[in-house]
Amino acid sequence: MRNENSSYQDGAFFQRDRAWHPPAFTPDYKTSVLRSPRNALLSLGNTISEMTGPVFGHDMLGPLDNDLIRNFATTGDPIGPRTIVYGRVLDENARPVAGALVEFWQANAGGRYRHKKETYLAAIDPNFGGCGRTITDEEGRYWFRTIKPGAYPWPNGVNDWRPAHIHFSIFGHAFAQRLITQMYFEGDPMIWQCPIVQSIPSREAVETLVAALDREASLPMDTLAYKFDIVLRGRRSTMFENRKEGN
Amino acid sequence: MVQKLGRLRESPSQTAGPYVHIGTNPNFIGINGVYAADLGSEPVPAAVKGERIVVTGHVIDGGGNLLKDALIEIWQADADGLYPGRGEHRGTADPAFTGWARQPVDGVTGLYRFETIKPGSAPYFDGRPMAPHITFWVVARGINIGLHTRLYFEDEETANAADPVLGRIEHRGRIPTLIATRSVESGVPTYTFDIHLQGEKETIFFDI
Ligand SMILES: [Fe+3]
Repeated sequence: MRNENSSYQDGAFFQRDRAWHPPAFTPDYKTSVLRSPRNALLSLGNTISEMTGPVFGHDMLGPLDNDLIRNFATTGDPIGPRTIVYGRVLDENARPVAGALVEFWQANAGGRYRHKKETYLAAIDPNFGGCGRTITDEEGRYWFRTIKPGAYPWPNGVNDWRPAHIHFSIFGHAFAQRLITQMYFEGDPMIWQCPIVQSIPSREAVETLVAALDREASLPMDTLAYKFDIVLRGRRSTMFENRKEGN
Repeated sequence: MVQKLGRLRESPSQTAGPYVHIGTNPNFIGINGVYAADLGSEPVPAAVKGERIVVTGHVIDGGGNLLKDALIEIWQADADGLYPGRGEHRGTADPAFTGWARQPVDGVTGLYRFETIKPGSAPYFDGRPMAPHITFWVVARGINIGLHTRLYFEDEETANAADPVLGRIEHRGRIPTLIATRSVESGVPTYTFDIHLQGEKETIFFDI
């Protein structure tokens, strides 16, 4: 699918900065110990298999897909702070990524997930499923409505707790941009005590995952808003490319 | 001081965690009624051209344990080697084929299974043909950043021998970690592709 910008940015994707991302082996996050490859990754670069990617159309979305307050509720609204999360999906060239599928999932206000393998004793909320999805518009914008998730304990250290967070899965324009990450909430002291957060090497990188409280975008007497921008890999301009991509 | 390049930095990855299914496969874990079907689990439509195959296997950790919580996505060309979706400028792929699928491993057996078609050959960036392959992306609890690898087909010996990606692999002994073995189950060609995250048989993962 070509658009007007295609000649500007149809090239290969920028190399992923592996020092910015968490390494595979992070022993303080114990599950990573046996699940981390020990050999060096093989540098492949981009072939057409990585520079292409699936397309998801707005027509696949249901009207409540980005409304976690309503998309599972049967007897009333879920318990918890009413929250809007909004932002943009951009690439490293600061250009909007339009048509990106963004999926999100989270625990309820008590920190309990609706999942059959979840055992935390906090109550299930009968009106909260915890999943949603949306597709970015032409400016790369997305938004959804939810309740703010609670912190929860998890089996790692004897007394480790996850800060409140929302999981995000993002499809950009190519499989090379595929990303799963997590969003945290401004002002939460528990962010800085979490072994999963600390798998990210620098505080500067962690801060890019902390959504800002946005009073101006909040709805008076209704819902608080948080802004969370997501950045996917950028790509080179084909005007500088020294190779043809077969077209 | 100099001018700023003005680039942003990619959002750092975080693990998909143990409850990734809530977001990606809610029906699979009993959250029904939010999405009609789990995205990526739809069967390949009958109209899609190509040889029907099954791709199956386990994801195995460094202790030899089968993962019960992993999620796998595949991305592949159509039977003629053209990619559906964005970024394909050589022609138009089979309109009935999405090229993408997603499956969790079974929560009890750890087995994953895709019913798909065998892809055709697509070119490397210098124009040489790549052997037919399927791109895999694996996430799970304990995996801090999604792992990219490729499935190649055992019965494509000649194409595999000429494949420019396989040809770059210095440690020749590790190439079999990328090659799925073929059998026939209920009349359907079935390719078994186990993914070893660590250990003697660690799969080759790519920095793409
Ligand atoms: Fe979580």
